[in-house]
Amino acid sequence: MVIDGLVKHFGDLEVLRGVSLRVATGQVVCVIGPSGSGKSTMLRCVNRLEQPTAGRIFVGDVEITAISDERELDRHRGRVGMVFQQFNLFPHMTALHNVMTGPRHVLRLEEAVARERAQDLLGRVGLAEKADEYPDRLSGGQQQRVAIARALAMEPEVMLFDEVTSALDPELVGEVLAVMRDLADGGMTMVVVTHEMDFARDVSDRVVFMDDGRVVEEGAPSDVLDGPREERTRQFLNRDR
Amino acid sequence: MEVDFSKFNWSRLMDRFFDGEVIGRWIDEVPRALWQTIQLATIAEIFGIALGLFIALGAIHRRRTVRVIFRSWVELWRGTPLLVQLLFVHFSFPLVGIIFTPFVSGAFVLSLNSAAYVAEIFRAGIQSLERGQIEAARSLGMSYRRMLRVVVLPQAFRRVVPPLTNELVALVKDSSLVAVIGVVELLGVARLAFGAEYNSSMYPVVALLFLSITLPLTFLARALERRLSRRGARSWVDDDRQLLVSLSSVSHGHSGVPG
Repeated sequence: MVIDGLVKHFGDLEVLRGVSLRVATGQVVCVIGPSGSGKSTMLRCVNRLEQPTAGRIFVGDVEITAISDERELDRHRGRVGMVFQQFNLFPHMTALHNVMTGPRHVLRLEEAVARERAQDLLGRVGLAEKADEYPDRLSGGQQQRVAIARALAMEPEVMLFDEVTSALDPELVGEVLAVMRDLADGGMTMVVVTHEMDFARDVSDRVVFMDDGRVVEEGAPSDVLDGPREERTRQFLNRDR
Repeated sequence: MEVDFSKFNWSRLMDRFFDGEVIGRWIDEVPRALWQTIQLATIAEIFGIALGLFIALGAIHRRRTVRVIFRSWVELWRGTPLLVQLLFVHFSFPLVGIIFTPFVSGAFVLSLNSAAYVAEIFRAGIQSLERGQIEAARSLGMSYRRMLRVVVLPQAFRRVVPPLTNELVALVKDSSLVAVIGVVELLGVARLAFGAEYNSSMYPVVALLFLSITLPLTFLARALERRLSRRGARSWVDDDRQLLVSLSSVSHGHSGVPG
């Protein structure tokens, strides 16, 4: 996945001022930075939930910023998995049906095939026994794990995580991070916007620090987190400590 | 204005409003009239809901021009008196060569009128969904139409059951206005009886009959509401409870989920 000179304006507000980022297949990149630095907006541009003002984004060989056809765009979104801060599970469906939605209604798989895939995935995130529960009967951590399974059910080429533990009670953060760690170990390409420094240190191949709509610094986790070159990175990390 | 209970006159009250003989003379007209009312209301509710849903989708269309057209249509039918709509359609259409029977004119206008209200109910229901629902659906690669069918409408439907019931009950009663273009439905019989006898006894009778239509409708809606909220998902009841929690300045942050 390649982002090249991404610019995004909301009216007069410049949220992204030329962000470039390269994520190789199988890599895990964590994006850190203060709120309002444009991290989430960058992710949302990658599957075109926001329309970039300028710049180019490639996923695999496809330049997604060049897609104008609606159908083509839908197909692209299906290849990019996204997990949100607020889970956004469909409240009128059981956990199983949430996970089956993509395979059933986008990939058009047979009911039985979709069901089997969904059950496998719920097992993988440790929620096999919760398949028939509705989201309002699940804890935040469980809901987020279902949401991860739902995104995985599309067999995406890359997974985007948008502050997925920020809305969770502290004791529920671990179970979600464990699932993500698993996924990283399995070779999934991941871009993770997070405030979890330990996760960034342990799991990611590269850490990117963003501030004020720009990439300020990037490199190996130990370099960026333990010996940052830039003053602003140091300030951010100190404040966080 | 005055209140003077010394003028209380039981026998005149009974004679004018509950005269068994008058009721006896007119009761034979009632079944046919009741049937007219039921037919009118049913037709208007079915077309009202179907058309209303269509208009609601037009009113949230991505194209601005489409939205403006559909929203203006709603305002036109919602903002003018039903009585005028009935008279206008029934008496002006023949002048352009369209001749409806009073019943058809009545059903036509009631359908379009209730469609406008139903459209607003659906629109509000759809727009009350969290933005995240739409983003989650789109990020799975769902098309706009599929998202509507699979994610948006099923949730919107259960949210609109209470206001929709309200509208359907109002429609049953509003259907009595078609009497002005000569449809003899329930209220029409009472008016005829009053004209002929100078006696109001048929009014309470038809009022009870209206109640006999609206009450089952209400019970049906309640049952539907209960059924829908049992199947998981946020019901209005849950929403109210959350609202109370957040209103009652209790400072423990509520996550809304069992730990």
